[in-house]
Amino acid sequence: MNSQPKLLTTSGALGAGLRRELQLAVRSPGNTINPLMFFIISVSLFPLGGGSDSVYLSSIAPGVIWVTALLAVMLSMESLFRSDYEDGSLEQLLLSPQPLYFQLLMKVFSHWLVTGLPLVLLAPLLGLMLSLPVQGYLPLVCGLLLGTPTLSLIGAIGMALTVGLSRGGVLLAVLVLPLSIPVLVFGTGVVDAALTGQNFAGLLALLGAILALALSLAPLAIGAALRISVN
Amino acid sequence: MWQWFYKLGSPRHFYDMTTAFLPWLYGITFFLLIVGLVWGLGFAPPDYQMGDNYRIVYIHVPSASIALGGYAMMACMAAMHMIWKIKMADIVAKAIAPVGGMFCALCLFSGSFWGKPTWGTYWVWDARITSTLILLFVYVGVAALRNAFDSENAGSKAASVLTIVGIVNLPIIHYSVNWWNTLHQVGSDLSLQAEGANPPEIWIPAFFMGFALLGIFLLAIILRSRNEILVRERRTQWVQDLLDHDLQEGLQRA
Amino acid sequence: MFAATNLYCERDERVLFSHLDFSISAGEVLQVQGANGSGKTTLLRILCGLNPDYSGDITWQGQAVQDIRETFNGELFYLGHSPAINKALTPLQNLRWYCASRGFSDDAAIFTGLAELGLAGYENIPCHQMSAGQQRRVSLARLLVSQATLWILDEPFTALDKRGVAELEARIAAKAAEGGAVILTTHHTLQLSCPVRVINLDVLTGVSN
Repeated sequence: MNSQPKLLTTSGALGAGLRRELQLAVRSPGNTINPLMFFIISVSLFPLGGGSDSVYLSSIAPGVIWVTALLAVMLSMESLFRSDYEDGSLEQLLLSPQPLYFQLLMKVFSHWLVTGLPLVLLAPLLGLMLSLPVQGYLPLVCGLLLGTPTLSLIGAIGMALTVGLSRGGVLLAVLVLPLSIPVLVFGTGVVDAALTGQNFAGLLALLGAILALALSLAPLAIGAALRISVN
Repeated sequence: MWQWFYKLGSPRHFYDMTTAFLPWLYGITFFLLIVGLVWGLGFAPPDYQMGDNYRIVYIHVPSASIALGGYAMMACMAAMHMIWKIKMADIVAKAIAPVGGMFCALCLFSGSFWGKPTWGTYWVWDARITSTLILLFVYVGVAALRNAFDSENAGSKAASVLTIVGIVNLPIIHYSVNWWNTLHQVGSDLSLQAEGANPPEIWIPAFFMGFALLGIFLLAIILRSRNEILVRERRTQWVQDLLDHDLQEGLQRA
Repeated sequence: MFAATNLYCERDERVLFSHLDFSISAGEVLQVQGANGSGKTTLLRILCGLNPDYSGDITWQGQAVQDIRETFNGELFYLGHSPAINKALTPLQNLRWYCASRGFSDDAAIFTGLAELGLAGYENIPCHQMSAGQQRRVSLARLLVSQATLWILDEPFTALDKRGVAELEARIAAKAAEGGAVILTTHHTLQLSCPVRVINLDVLTGVSN
């Protein structure tokens, strides 16, 4: 140890954390691919179960895409804290001198980058398969872009609460799905408004407001929940 | 006042105080219930539109407010437990979750039996009904999370966090469901006529029934809290003494 | 430097310790002894701040730890039962993240540390391809790169061979010599070149020398 260590600022430390999460995503691509596959498969079940009539499909398209995206985000949550909990990295995260609030934000953000963002990018394709009218694509993507980070943050609270439990999976859904309802309502509302020729900017702003609220409060709840879970 | 409040925070004092207070609560609740039921079912005139069906509001409306108020109370208790680490607050919060959920369910069931003769269907996606349904989900989630933990301590803290997250979220849910409902309104006018149109013969029994149900709610959570106190404090001297005393009394009677 | 006063903790309605007082100053090594289930791990986790279910005061440089949590975390190194090593990542990636989360980056120290533990050449091999003993060493390499002044080590000698034990003992003595402080639990008889103070949780009487 004859060299001089370089001191890092908080943002430098957060950057290194982000890099670790992305490296992990590359090493275990299933964490990204499986929720995506779930998204595609469950959307394609709706025409099979409900009929392939294009008028019917286009009427249910926004709801189907949003609900399955919501479920896919919840399923992807397993990879957010599970391995860190099991190998003890979570303890080290809680014992880090960096502000926990920003570390948790960074962690959820990087998780969203590899799970939520791919869902958003894939959504137009699924819209096509469900005969979504052309004016619905932009609001669908914008809504998902503002809504899926909120879903990730809410899901992270649920995951942090249940990570210490051996059978947490179904419980996570029971806890988190009711709390995600506003995002679902406004998210589908954005698309419906666009399809009926109304102005949807106001609804997007509402989704943005919910995201801002989640960004400011969710890390506190996640932190409190993780402290309970590591104990 | 503060001292009283402080004393209530100790499980033992809570137990002693409620022992003195419970017979009164039983009496008042029973009285209100009898008056409300006899008046509401026997003497209040039938509604000119809905006939006798409307009488279900005597249960439906109070249970809705109790379910909602119960959650607010549970959230206060959860906050007190998290901030000041008051164990008694957690005991009460634990007692509220299933009872509040029951009142939600009661509200939904009574609403649905009212809906069938009135609107011709058991279920409509009305904003208030949907909000109550979601409130029921949240209650179930809080109770399920607490039960999922092996350690009492971890379970109560986790449930407190979730309860507080829920109280932040519930107004947003309520607002979103209202907005969603106006968008998808099916066209039937579900609202009751304005309160003022009801004659006092209808709303006075409702008043009695409201307080009677509140009494039942309070009785349920106090009894559940007392049980929980005995379980949690079973190793302490005062609970042992209490049990010995009860045992002696039982033996004397036998 | 680091002190605990009047610590009290109960678990599953059993009192693990009460009226526990001790302090540790620069250059000291403190060993926590006790039978299985006596609360050694619980005590260490309480001292780190991972377990809030206690009453009493814990201070660092005279200030309550809960008021200076982030500063204290910067001075603290904790080695728990779990390795805190992600098996999908390489030792280098794991250690780089660890250093960064402690606010510095020092690749040279990481390479030297790994080499000293006999892991030269394994820097870029994913940890899941290594043996349990090697993974344990990666975890210990964190100790070598750490710049913390207070080490809290829970059973650090587990899964180490004789040579590894001797090296780690030398490290602990060196840490004390350079003005650090070490609190540890172990079932193994310590052979350190510096004096060791002992707390025995079975007697619950506090510090004995």
